[in-house]
Amino acid sequence: MAVTAPAFETIGPPAASARKRRYTEDQVPIGKVLLRMLAGLIVLGIFILPYTIMFFGSVKTKAQIRSVDPTYFPVEWHWENYVNMWSTPETPLVQNLISTIVISVFATLLVLLVAMPAAYYTARFQFPGRMVFLFLVIVTQMLQPAVLTSGLFRQFLAFDLIDTWAAMILINSAFNLSFAVWIMHSFFAGIPKEVDEAAQIDGANRLTVLFKISLPLVWPGIVTAIVFTFVACWNEFAASLVILSTAGNQPLSVALTKFVGQYETSWHYVFGVSIVAIVPVVILFMLIEKRLVGGLTAGSVK
Amino acid sequence: MGHVLAALPWIGPALILIFGVVLYPAVVMFYNSTRDISQSGVDKGSAGLDNYIEVFSFPYFWPIFGRTIIWVVVVVAATVIISLGLAQILNKAFPGRRIVRLAVIIPWAASVVMTTMVVYYGLEPYFGIINKFLVDVGLVDTPEGYGWTRNPATAFAWSIVVAIFVSLPFTTYTILAGLQTVPGEVLEAAKMDGAGPVRTYWGVVLPQLRSALAVAVLINIINVFNSLPILKVMTGSIPGYDADTIMTMIFKYIQNQHKVDVASALSVVAFVIVIVIVAIYVRVVKPMKEV
Repeated sequence: MAVTAPAFETIGPPAASARKRRYTEDQVPIGKVLLRMLAGLIVLGIFILPYTIMFFGSVKTKAQIRSVDPTYFPVEWHWENYVNMWSTPETPLVQNLISTIVISVFATLLVLLVAMPAAYYTARFQFPGRMVFLFLVIVTQMLQPAVLTSGLFRQFLAFDLIDTWAAMILINSAFNLSFAVWIMHSFFAGIPKEVDEAAQIDGANRLTVLFKISLPLVWPGIVTAIVFTFVACWNEFAASLVILSTAGNQPLSVALTKFVGQYETSWHYVFGVSIVAIVPVVILFMLIEKRLVGGLTAGSVK
Repeated sequence: MGHVLAALPWIGPALILIFGVVLYPAVVMFYNSTRDISQSGVDKGSAGLDNYIEVFSFPYFWPIFGRTIIWVVVVVAATVIISLGLAQILNKAFPGRRIVRLAVIIPWAASVVMTTMVVYYGLEPYFGIINKFLVDVGLVDTPEGYGWTRNPATAFAWSIVVAIFVSLPFTTYTILAGLQTVPGEVLEAAKMDGAGPVRTYWGVVLPQLRSALAVAVLINIINVFNSLPILKVMTGSIPGYDADTIMTMIFKYIQNQHKVDVASALSVVAFVIVIVIVAIYVRVVKPMKEV
């Protein structure tokens, strides 16, 4: 849900925002620093708490996690849960994991393939309808699959693509396209035109310029777009819930909800799978933390 | 000045995706909202405005509408207020700040379904760990607990807590980005003039955060309005309609009642609300400037 974020014209190459003066003092008394560390520690604790509960739960036995007098910490560490959980009867978790990976990888690739040329061209060239196109991108960025699900459902039913990965790859890429276009557009716009022109005078065609000259310079923007798109696809829920009806086709986000309301939910397996699903994307997201602080919205908060 | 045709190979694929998978389904949805579609999916002809009449005459519609407003307003307001505080902490220099900042990202990257499920488990009677904590500190009398997730009102309240939690990272980071634009000289000038921290914050820092807050508020309104997974997990197994929002109701029409036509009508209502918010967004934030 929260992954959508606006990006604007002047996000620019990394240096632009990082060098600005921070709202911090230079000389701080030690007591104040300790107070800040304490506040930081409390924040840290709150934000990792649910995931710590998840992790502890994932190494408990079913008897321990469903015990009427539960312990906060695992009494014994049952790492074998991470092997056994994949064959739980509620849902085919291995297929759900594969489904999540396939949909996210291909949707991200499609977004890159489609967004990069559009971002490059709109940043570099004026043409009639350019503003209309960019406006369209802005507006679609604010739309999410949830509100259009009934339309998507009927559409893919008519196209005979209901309950297929292809449908979810298309949906995920369409709804994440605009963010990728915006962020890459701003990076392309940040490269001086002269760099391109010099290469073109040397006889390189536009594609060569794009791949050999511009791409290395906008790499941080591309990485940000990739990570955002991938994480959004990885966690997508609303459209998958309706479009994918066969258990084996469903991603983990949808598959795991089947455990809720069961007579005897295998919470230790739910949490093991959750940890496996969460850790990689959290690491990916942390890789672009600097860009988040720099401000995905730098253009608008100037 | 280039030509539209020269641009097409570059922007064409993006246009196909936007028109084919975002705008076309919107048209399909509008069309279906005026059709009579059977439970098995057969279009049985025009229904006029019958689907809309069914949506609005549903006795739970207005309570659901009101709950949707509460859902959006409470979650967004609380998120923004807490994020303002969080951003202040994360903007100050202290050893270990980077680790704290990284931790704050986790709910942003982690699946909302999974984050909600751990809270749902935690609230379970007897064995839920949050419930046990509440019993241990004396807030709840019996280990049976309060039946947090069995009662629509409490399940909805806890859903609000989860929604705030997962909205904090984006909001905090947007405000952090805004804080970096506060000029150091202005802060020093305020200090020289004898303004205390509170006055400096209200008089100097907050006005600078105006546009960051506008972005954060509007994006959050859209996200929270569209949010399905939290309520689906927390309140999905409660019978009745006492914990539903417009969004969960749309999915109940599609999945439980197999009424795609009525779902489409309610989706159109939701779509119009979203478009109004987007229009406000475009007016207030002016994302098209300097493109």
